[in-house]
Parts: sequence; C-alpha cells; structure tokens
Amino acid sequence: MRLRKLLTTTALLAAGLAAPLGAQTPPAAAPATAAPAPARANPRATFPAQQRPPGDPVLIAKGKAIYEITCRACHGPDLRGGDIGGPNLLRSDIVLKDDHGELLEPIIKNGKSTPGVTLVMAPLPLSSDDIRAVAEYIHDVVSTARGQGAPPPGPPVVLNIVVGDAAAGQAYFAAKCSSCHSATGDLRGLATRIGDPKDLQNAWVNGLRSAAAPAKPTTVTVTEASGQRVEGVLVRVDDFSVVLTAADGRRRTIVRRGNVPRVEIHDPRDAHTDLLAVYTDKDIHNVTAYLTTLK
Amino acid sequence: MSPQFFLLAATLAAAPVLTFAQNAANQGGLDPASLKQPLSESWPTYSGDYTGQRFSRLTQINRETVKNLTLNWTIEVRAAGPDGNGGGDGGGRGGRGGRGGNPGVARTIVGGKGTGDVFVGASNIKGTILQVDGILYVTAPDHAWAIDARDGQELWHYYWKTRGGTHIGSRGAGMWHNYLYFETPDNYLVALDARTGEERWSVEIASFDEQYFSTMAPMVIGNKVIAGTGNDLDRPGFVQAFDAETGKLLWKTYTVPMNPGDPGLETWPSLDAARHGGGQHWIPGVYDPDTNLYILGTGNPTPGYTGVGRKGDNLYTCSLIALDADTGKLKWHYQTSPHDTHDWDSAQTPILIDGEVNGQPRKLLSTASRNGYFFTVDRVTGKHVVTSKFGATTNWALGLRETGEPEPNPAKEAIIPGSLVSPVEGGVTNWQPPAYNPQTGLFYTQENNGFNLLYLTDPDPRGSMGLGGKERINVGQSRNAFQAIDYKTGKPAWRHEWPRGGGGGFGVLTSAGNVVFTGDGSGNLVAFDAQIGTLLWHTRIGNITNAPQTYLLDGKQHLLVAVGTRIFDFVLY
Repeated sequence: MRLRKLLTTTALLAAGLAAPLGAQTPPAAAPATAAPAPARANPRATFPAQQRPPGDPVLIAKGKAIYEITCRACHGPDLRGGDIGGPNLLRSDIVLKDDHGELLEPIIKNGKSTPGVTLVMAPLPLSSDDIRAVAEYIHDVVSTARGQGAPPPGPPVVLNIVVGDAAAGQAYFAAKCSSCHSATGDLRGLATRIGDPKDLQNAWVNGLRSAAAPAKPTTVTVTEASGQRVEGVLVRVDDFSVVLTAADGRRRTIVRRGNVPRVEIHDPRDAHTDLLAVYTDKDIHNVTAYLTTLK
Repeated sequence: MSPQFFLLAATLAAAPVLTFAQNAANQGGLDPASLKQPLSESWPTYSGDYTGQRFSRLTQINRETVKNLTLNWTIEVRAAGPDGNGGGDGGGRGGRGGRGGNPGVARTIVGGKGTGDVFVGASNIKGTILQVDGILYVTAPDHAWAIDARDGQELWHYYWKTRGGTHIGSRGAGMWHNYLYFETPDNYLVALDARTGEERWSVEIASFDEQYFSTMAPMVIGNKVIAGTGNDLDRPGFVQAFDAETGKLLWKTYTVPMNPGDPGLETWPSLDAARHGGGQHWIPGVYDPDTNLYILGTGNPTPGYTGVGRKGDNLYTCSLIALDADTGKLKWHYQTSPHDTHDWDSAQTPILIDGEVNGQPRKLLSTASRNGYFFTVDRVTGKHVVTSKFGATTNWALGLRETGEPEPNPAKEAIIPGSLVSPVEGGVTNWQPPAYNPQTGLFYTQENNGFNLLYLTDPDPRGSMGLGGKERINVGQSRNAFQAIDYKTGKPAWRHEWPRGGGGGFGVLTSAGNVVFTGDGSGNLVAFDAQIGTLLWHTRIGNITNAPQTYLLDGKQHLLVAVGTRIFDFVLY
C-alpha cells in the first residue's frame, strides 16, 4: 500500500509543473518505507550487487579476517585499492560478475597478470572454503555501495571548511553586505543559530533561505496602462501572466501582453543572486570565516 | 460493451495479420533508405532525420497560423504491467476502458527476464515518439506503445518485466521495415513487430552485473541498429552496431582506451584508469551519408567529480567522436570538455549544418554542450571552427586552448571549503535536443545559469567512485534564457530571458514556417518567431518532458508533445 502511494506521488510530482533540468541521473529516492525487510538486502536496489540477499554473517566475519591478513595490503582497507597498487575491487568487473567466489577462486589460486600493468598478483595459499568466505565479505561490502556508483560510506571524515581570513571577510562584509545586514542586528548570533560552518556558508551564499532565517517574500507591483497599480506577494510569473496574493488575501491572475502591464518584481534575495557572478571563492571563504565568529 | 468483448474482437481481427507478420517483418514498412531524406511528412527516427536539426519542411503551421493550433486529442499512457507493477499509477490494463467512447486499452504483450517486482519509479515520456504511416510509437522505461495518430487510440502495449537498472528514461525507438527497436534499463535491445507489438528477439547489449543501464533510442543506419548504454560505476563506455534483422553484434567500439597501445591512452595516468574511465553513449548521434560517419557526443569521465586518479584529458570522454558506420572505426574526435570533473557529459545531440565560413561552403557540425560552451567543427575532419561560451554565468574554465577546447580551472573542481560553480550539475543544457533552422542559420538551445557550491567530501588520494565523493548544494539561479546562436560566430542572434523561475531542460523543434517550439519552464509550451525571437503562441499544458514534434497527416500539420505520461496532439484545421 505504502509503496503504491509513493509511486503515485512520484509520478504526480514528476509530471507536474516543476520539472527540473533532467540530467541522466535518477530522481531523488523517495523516503525509505517502514515495510518489513524482504529477502533482498535493499528492496530499492536496482543492480545485482545491491539486490543480493544478505550473506551468512559468520562466513562474512571469517572472510573479513582473512581479507585483513591476506588481501588488504594490495587492495586497501576499504577494497578501493591499496598503496602497493592492487586494483579497486568495488568496481572490478570480475567481482561484479562473481556470485559466490567461483570467478575469484582461479585468480586467488593461480595469480593474475594484466596486459599493460607491471604489477602481477601472486598465487595465494587459500583453501576453497577460505576463498568462499573472502568472496562473501567482498560482496557484503559491495552491497552497501550507494547510488550512482558511489562507494560504501567509509568511516566519518572530519573536514574543516573554514579556511578563509576572517579579517578580510569582515572588510568584504562591510563593503558589500552591510547595506542590508548587520553583525549586531539581524546577524547577531548567526554562528550560534547555524552551528555547522558548511550549513552557514550554504545559507548565506544562498541568501539565508534556511529555517534559521526564513526568507522575506518576493513582492510584485503590476501597473496597468491606465496607471492603476496592483501590489502583492508574487505567486508566480511567466511571459503570459503574473499571479499575486494581494493584501486582502485574494489571489489575482493578471494577463501579460508583452510589456503591458508593467511588472516590477522585488526579490530581497536579488542582491545575493547578483553577487553569485561576482564573488571569488576566496571572498566566499573569507566571509564564511568572518561569519563563523558571530556567535 | 465490455472491455472483454473488445479484447476478443481485437484478437480475432488481428489473427490473419499476425500470420502475415511472421513472414514479412523484414519487408515493407519503413525503408531504411528513406531515413536519408530530410524530415517532412513523417517522423521516422530519433531526430526526425539524420541531421539532428529537428527542422521540419512543413509550413502550414507558421508565424501567422500558429495561433490557430487546436487540441486534436490527448491521452495518458498507462505505464504499468498487467499486474499493476512497473511504475506509473498502477492502472493496469483496461484501466480507462470506455471513457469518452474509447473502447479500452489494447492488450499488453509481456516480455523481459525479471520478476516484475523491482521498484522502478515513474515512467514519463522523455524521448522521441516515432510517427510512421499514421501510427505513433511511444516508449518509456520498460514500455512501448503503438497509438493511432488520428485519434490517440492505443493499438498495442508492450511491457518488459525488468531485472532492475536505473530507470531514468527511454529516449525513444528506432524502426527498420516492420521492426521496432527500443532499449530497456536492464540492457536489452528489444525488437518488436511494429504491427502487433509481438517480440521478434531481444539481445543483451551490456552487463547488468557491471551496472550498465540503457536508455538510448536505437539509431537505424542501413541494415544496422546502433545502440548505446549508460553507467555510473566507473565502467568503460562503448558504441555497438547490431544486425537489424537478427540482432547479431556487428561491431563494438570502446570510447576509452582498453588495451596497451590504444590511441588516447597517453591522456590517462594508467590503463586501469582508462578502463574505468566512462564516456558512455546515451543519446543518439547523427549520421552523414556522404562520409558514412556516425557522429556522437560521449559522456563524462569517471570517477565523475574526483579526477585525482585520472589526471590528463581523458580521451575520448566528453568528446565529439566520428565512427565509420560500417566498421565502428574512429575517424576523428574533438574533445569539448578535457578532463571534466563536473558530470557535464557531452552527450547532447550534435547537428549537421551545410554552411559557409568566410565565403567558403563547409560541411559543419555544431553542438551546444552541457558545460556551457558552443562548438562548430568541420564534420569531415573534426577540425575546430568556432568555440563560444553560451552560458552567461559559466565560470569553470581558464580560457580556450589554441584549438578551441576550454581549459579547465582546477580551482573549480570540488574542494573541501567549497567552490562556486556555474552551471549546476544538470548543465547549461542537457539531453533535451536543440534544433537548427537552415532558413535562419540559427541554432536554438536552452541556456540555464544556476550555481552550485561544490564540496569535496572524500579527499582520498585514490579518488572516489562513480558520482561519489562530493556534496553539491544549489545556491541560486541567475536568469535562464533561450538562445538562437549563429553557428558561424557562436554568438546569439537573439536571446529570450525567461521570467524568474522559468527555463530548464526542454527540447526544441523548428520549421520552415519559421517558428520554434519549446517549453518555458513555467508550464507552457511556447512558439517563438524563429527569426527574431518574439513569442507567438503558448498553451499551459504543464512542463513538456520531450521535444515537440511535427508531421503531416491527411493533409494537416500536427504538433505532438508529451507532459509526463500524457501526450498532446495539436492540429491546424
């Protein structure tokens, strides 16, 4: 039931007016359902490596132990290739086509050389049972790969995005931002309200369209040829009509014919949009460094 | 009357035809030689004809008459299998039987190797619809339909039970005599009898295990069917040709070096990197009968955003490549995005232009690339003629090389503190086809000017995989526009800025009536004056999901377009 409803919702959304520029990339996945786990490891998986049923945990644990001792040095702790030069197993056609070690066994037992590659894999003294266990481990890791070919999530990496010069950022802020914003006024405590520097940077570059600082509405003034004016909050505009909500709460749809009536849109975020083509990345990083000081 | 009665009647009526079909699918129907003719009364191949121009010679719909277009019919295709699976709204067969005097949905023919219970999402129409002899051939992932072009009646429906795969789109069908070809997301090239929807054969064209997925509209050239595939997991791209009658593989050409000594290997740090380098062929190319070259744009290199493990230009990814249609041998290449690190593949349909440069007649080819640059090259030699930047805010290149390729700015790759990049991942334009009008000499394309903050989230020196390793935040949008570009200079002859919120990915059609049709991103199908760019007509049917098309039926010019799963047929009475 739940899945059917999601299907319908997705179809409606996709067919609606808000179709974005469609890339050769899948649409964002709908939220995970609370359906009971089926035989498949991941019911929404679209490719075999992620569709396979979960393996035997005991065998996987054994395979992991063997991998750590025998394979890790060449193929890396995360199977994505190691310092010695062993290839990334997660994107290997042999691994992807293997089912339960039957394609890996001859390679592990006999070794492997690749045309054009100087590195040669030596034969390894593993039993068939051990190889089967290693295969189950590899497939278990591959099954956790994310969409669009992204690798499985690794251990969390802490990255500091604050690399700018706060003093230079303050000077930039004074020159470009202070006509609308103030560190002691609307932005007071900004870095406390938005604690994560990356969220903060995304929010300010974007014009503070965030829960911490909801955007002011875009308004529109429509002036008829007679001089009569209608004002309100902009609902939408295209070349043929403009839709607004007037002060009395009424929705008005006004037909446009070329430049008649005159339509003036006042978007408080325009200053931010205009700056997008002006900023250097250094400016952005400096301003972020400054704004993170506004605790 | 009950739908059952009609199903029975339809089956009985079809029986003698079926017998005939067994013997004659490779005769009659669409003569492949006719595909060399310029687009006129029908729409028999992806771009209408081999040029990619999407220029119709029909003139009934023109600058004066376009305002009189009338809705002839509209239908919603049911993208569902008999059991209700397969995406769409689960209506299943018979779901709209009897409505409006419509005697029910035709029978569904089921094929495929899967169980049919894989989640696939919605199945919108995102490709070209063929129109041959008054029949429309429509595809969506796992589905094909034949529809009577005169009244929108569904004639047959073919449903492919999928094993899975990325169900992002189906770009349409190809036709040869009475064979109809389409690709499935789980990598089958399926040949149907166009008259009945019965399957003739299906062949696997790429490895499902290796996470290929197939969306391209097959291209028929002579007695060959060219097929392409997609992949996000660092697997190599390739172009394949199959025998139109038997499905036998005739040639396969990789778009990246696969063996020691292969040309282009010098643009990769290692053979391993090249063999995982991507460059997928997922939008049909164009064909020049004079040189027998099939010319296409290749996809992005992989890993997409982390180029650290694939330093170099990464040939032949993000390139125009010209293949001998008989052998698949590479004749020339021109790289429109050396060492791409933004997933801006160059798969966009290029356009053949017989033009003039400095007073000399030239055989040219132009493309508006997803990366924001417009290119014109000599289509016989691949030699560069023009490069221009058509994305107003495009900011990722340091400049142009001597031979016109943009030089990527490493500072605009994904970096830990974030780089501000325009365009967004979707590009200044995308797969949605552009158009060219030889009467105006103008190339028509959308121009999208969004910004991303692009963060490197996986600084591993080995690089990430697929499209992983980055975080991409949309941080704003300059105004989008629609452009008419002079192919000789790369400069716009006119440019229409969409009102805020407008623009996006919408295909284009132009015609000898000097009109240009496209979507405005605000829910309208619009018509421009091809010469000067004034708006002539619009209809608010929702945002279109494929490129508008036109053809002549019973002496009347039609305009066909899809919005999601709904098809609209307009006509000039």
